[in-house]
Amino acid sequence: MNKKLLNVCNLKSKVEAEKILQGINLEVETGEIHVIMGPNGSGKSTLANVLMGHPEHEITDGKVEFEGENINDLAVDKRAKKGIFLSFQYPQEIPGVTVENFLRTAKTAVTGENQSIFDFKFLLEDKMKLLDIDQSYADRYLNKGFSGGEKKKNEILQMAVLEPKLAILDETDSGLDVDATRTVAEGIKKLASDDNAMIIITHHNQILDYLQPDYVHVLVDGKIVKTGDMDLAREIEKEGYAAYKPEKVEDYKSAKNC
Amino acid sequence: MSEKTQVEDIDRSLHDTKNENKYRYKSEKGLTPEVIKDISREKDEPQWMTDFRLKSLEIYQQKEIPDWGADLSDLNLDEIIAYIRPDADLQSDWDEVPEEIKNTFDSLGIPEAEKKSLAGVGAQYDSEVVYHNLKEELVEQGVIYMDMENAIKEYEDVVKEHFMQLITPNDHKFSALHGAVWSGGSFVYVPAGVKVDIPLQSYFRFNAPGAGQFEHTLIILEEGAEAHFIEGCSAPQYSINNLHAGAVELFVGENASLRYSTIENWSRNMYNLNTKRALVEEDGVIEWVSGSFGSKVSMLYPMSILKGKGARAEFTGVTFAAEGQYLDTGAQVIHAAPHTTSTVNTRSIAKGGGKAYYRGLLKATENAHHAKATVSCESLMLDNDSVSDTLPIMKLETDDIDIGHEAKVGRISEESIYYLMSRGIDEEEAKAMIVRGFVEPIAKELPLEYAVELNNLISLELEGTIG
Repeated sequence: MNKKLLNVCNLKSKVEAEKILQGINLEVETGEIHVIMGPNGSGKSTLANVLMGHPEHEITDGKVEFEGENINDLAVDKRAKKGIFLSFQYPQEIPGVTVENFLRTAKTAVTGENQSIFDFKFLLEDKMKLLDIDQSYADRYLNKGFSGGEKKKNEILQMAVLEPKLAILDETDSGLDVDATRTVAEGIKKLASDDNAMIIITHHNQILDYLQPDYVHVLVDGKIVKTGDMDLAREIEKEGYAAYKPEKVEDYKSAKNC
Repeated sequence: MSEKTQVEDIDRSLHDTKNENKYRYKSEKGLTPEVIKDISREKDEPQWMTDFRLKSLEIYQQKEIPDWGADLSDLNLDEIIAYIRPDADLQSDWDEVPEEIKNTFDSLGIPEAEKKSLAGVGAQYDSEVVYHNLKEELVEQGVIYMDMENAIKEYEDVVKEHFMQLITPNDHKFSALHGAVWSGGSFVYVPAGVKVDIPLQSYFRFNAPGAGQFEHTLIILEEGAEAHFIEGCSAPQYSINNLHAGAVELFVGENASLRYSTIENWSRNMYNLNTKRALVEEDGVIEWVSGSFGSKVSMLYPMSILKGKGARAEFTGVTFAAEGQYLDTGAQVIHAAPHTTSTVNTRSIAKGGGKAYYRGLLKATENAHHAKATVSCESLMLDNDSVSDTLPIMKLETDDIDIGHEAKVGRISEESIYYLMSRGIDEEEAKAMIVRGFVEPIAKELPLEYAVELNNLISLELEGTIG
């Protein structure tokens, strides 16, 4: 049975003095794949970062609930421990820290259980095979010298290892060629299950050829202005965002729950 | 993991075990020719050494305290007692080392280090070496590893030929002071073609309030010889300013290869003004690995003089300055022959208002054609109160030299911390992870137990930095 994971109500945020999110309503249940589309600067990445708890973004109104608990003031690492994961658009390079060492530390932190070096090695090997990632990446420094595609694959590897309940994928398909998009999308597909949910932020449809979203949301000027299914994504691909204005918000189901 | 609110609260009990001071000889405060003569007489030294000490004292009295780098105005040299020797004679058998001193060494892990088949242990307790041992097979190959006092007596000609030839009393006030009051230290001689395949380890330690430490290390590698010398330092903390002005002179023969590793972790009241130099003959190699932690002030710039064609120097260093610390460290390389190469790779970290500077010298003489030098120094500041910078100086008398230089100064990136935290890692561990990664190129050069110690030091330094 589907379970409510995320409930975002009238969420408003600012970074420094700039208001970005202008009242977001969004509800996500287990087993669902949500897609958020929107023009550049509409607040897609901000939404991802606010959900993850980026300290520079301040929530000015509304609330974020995860599994029924208000997490507005929860620190980033605590959110990760609850099962929220963000695949970064621009993952940071951390020189001197190997992928394996980093992920073992992260897995220990998220699960609260010590990871034996050997058991973890096998787990990592399995996940790397699943995502068709060369084993040598385990010993490389985190994202250091990785190509754009390698960084994105590495984000999905982290997701596979940490097994979050809610994964937010921020532009995971941007900057990837056709083959890389397919590999990454197939990887995501393998990880999607009835027990977790995904929010995929994209402005391409390519990745949607591999994943069947349950909802497609259009985000313009910090608001979700329309919600639909795959047909909406196809329409936007043809027509662009010109027709979508924040003043013409069509009520989305979770707004009623606020 | 135990919680600490400040780095000053680090449990230093391991290093701070003070023994009741039992000294059979203690110099008067301040320095006079009479004190110097007493020191020399007590050591039963040859006349040339007594004369050398007296000449050094004259130079010392004429030299000014350096007015660049760190502030040394709080250093009261008259207060520093030059020479204290423990109530123990040199021992060759561990069982005969006095219990009290043994307990101190036990807590520092010296016997364990030997069990791990280190070739020899020369542990300095205050000013004189009290325990020395060397594997028999090395003795058979002609390797000499002993304390400097005995080396002067047993190998007088070799010592006289090399002693304070690389570092002379005229170099600066503290090398002059060293020449006048030096005491203890290690002498290593490796004959031509002999490869010492296990590291030689020395552990220096203080145990007297106000006592300066002026140990002299002299290492001579003949043609084709190889060795690795590890110098470890730790000191208990006292309220009186302490001074460390040792000297390290390394002679690397043709085709010989020497690695000199140090982690210095002085207590927070120490002035560490050490001088280290290496002279490298044709196709010889000197490798320095240097970690500077602790101390109140450090000014330390090991110099490699590449005298022979094709000689090579490598310097790898890490410096970590926390609150109240001023660490001014770096490497000096002098290319004085054709086809010489040098690589300098350093990392400086500053936190809690600490100051960590890289100060380096790269010099090439006229005949250093086809020389190649690479300098890479990176600084990381963990907060806005700390200062870290790089001050590289180049003096080139030839154009025919290939130089690569890279200097980076930065603060720990909030975005990187956010990224790691988004994977469930808490802020403190995220910072420690980034710092450990930053020094990883250095850590991997260290002997394993030192690499572990380095990581532990970083974790301790970063505990309680949040909030």
